[in-house]
Amino acid sequence: MKRRNLIVGLGAGFLAGCSKVGKSDPMQSLFKLAEDWHRGAHRALAGKRGLAQEFTKADISPFFRGNGTTDPGDAAYTAHAATGFAGWTIAVTGLVDRPLELTLEQIKALPQRTQITRHDCVEGWSAIGEWTGPQLGTMLDLAGVQPNANYVVFRCADVLNGSAYYESVDMVDAYHPQTIVAHALNGAPLPVANGAPLRMRIERQLGYKSAKYVTAIEAVESLDGIHGGKGGYWEDRSDYQWYAGA
Amino acid sequence: MKKHRLATRLWHWVNLLSLAILFMSGLNISNAHPRLYWGNWGFESGEAWLHVVRFPGWATIPGHYSLAGSRLWHLTFAWVFALALLLFVIASLFNRHFKRDLVTSRKEWRWSAIRADIVAHLKFDFDHGEGKYNFLQKLAYGVVVFILLPTMIFSGMSISPGLEPITDPLLALFGGRQSARSIHFITAWALFGFFMLHVALVLLTNPLKQLRDMITGGRIDEAA
Repeated sequence: MKRRNLIVGLGAGFLAGCSKVGKSDPMQSLFKLAEDWHRGAHRALAGKRGLAQEFTKADISPFFRGNGTTDPGDAAYTAHAATGFAGWTIAVTGLVDRPLELTLEQIKALPQRTQITRHDCVEGWSAIGEWTGPQLGTMLDLAGVQPNANYVVFRCADVLNGSAYYESVDMVDAYHPQTIVAHALNGAPLPVANGAPLRMRIERQLGYKSAKYVTAIEAVESLDGIHGGKGGYWEDRSDYQWYAGA
Repeated sequence: MKKHRLATRLWHWVNLLSLAILFMSGLNISNAHPRLYWGNWGFESGEAWLHVVRFPGWATIPGHYSLAGSRLWHLTFAWVFALALLLFVIASLFNRHFKRDLVTSRKEWRWSAIRADIVAHLKFDFDHGEGKYNFLQKLAYGVVVFILLPTMIFSGMSISPGLEPITDPLLALFGGRQSARSIHFITAWALFGFFMLHVALVLLTNPLKQLRDMITGGRIDEAA
């Protein structure tokens, strides 16, 4: 009996300890260090420009789940949806020589990349779809990104729990060959649930990095001062890792 | 001569701590999407081969549902676990722990010898056989160190999209990303099974001395 009490006590102490330690500053620093190590190790082992696996049409999953916001639903977005997003524009701003405002037609007129890739949600599920759109690098080069830009921020039309969704990647992922601004899924215009009319595909990270309903792409030097400063909606809200490659 | 070398003892306790944190944070991660699939993709209930139970707060880290929080613990202690295992394997090759204590001889693999070993175990006679460990012990430790623990690392790497450019062969071996995730889960429970058996056998064989020896090292003549 005594021994069992000891074991239960040790177990409860371990759990309580973990909760306390997890919130402490040194542990937060350790979590951040581990995240940086994952990013460093992934890029050292798999290369900065190494491609995520691409599949064949036969591998495409029958249904591509829309997660998070499945319809922004506000008046402006609904009006755009009613016209097939004919008047939708996407801005390229921030630390660029030539700020751009591109229509959907102009996006489709750029050189395109089509890729059949697997989408891995942080929750654990996966889906496979075929995405088409210009490489983000093409758009950044058109705008002329300045050398002091370290990150690219994606601004979105959807609001979750009272905050605008946004995400960000560093210049390595921004210029990754598979990082595209997709306007089509499986050969058809993007469904609303999957981010119509334009969404990001960040293929070497988990799904929450692939922002949907993108309205602006902004080159910045630092993520400080942008919303909560942690580089993304889920990062600010719940402390999800900014580098989501693991 | 110590019964347990310093490298073995250090690794044993670091490994226990990291596996406990990885297992319990892993149960919290499982709660985020408690369904397992085979193949590359899967998200719908009907496609799942297993609907996993929801693990209660007392079994998870943190003690309440938090996918973000559990991922921080899990991905941090994944480093501790993997690097400690790597160092232990290197040290055990150099200090001849594997060669001296874990390598089996051909005659130990004879069915009659294995049967005798099983019979001895059933009679709660664990102190037999050549060297420090009997055959079933060598087999159990060997399977854990060289199969189950590496499987955790490789299946974990295979479900990381950041490593996709180099995990093609691993994903092919596992049978797709959702299969790798399923194997990660199954292997974690196999390790939990080993843990229960290991603790039960320690409790049956002079537990306080065993515990002390795994801390101080003990003496080889006591172990003989």
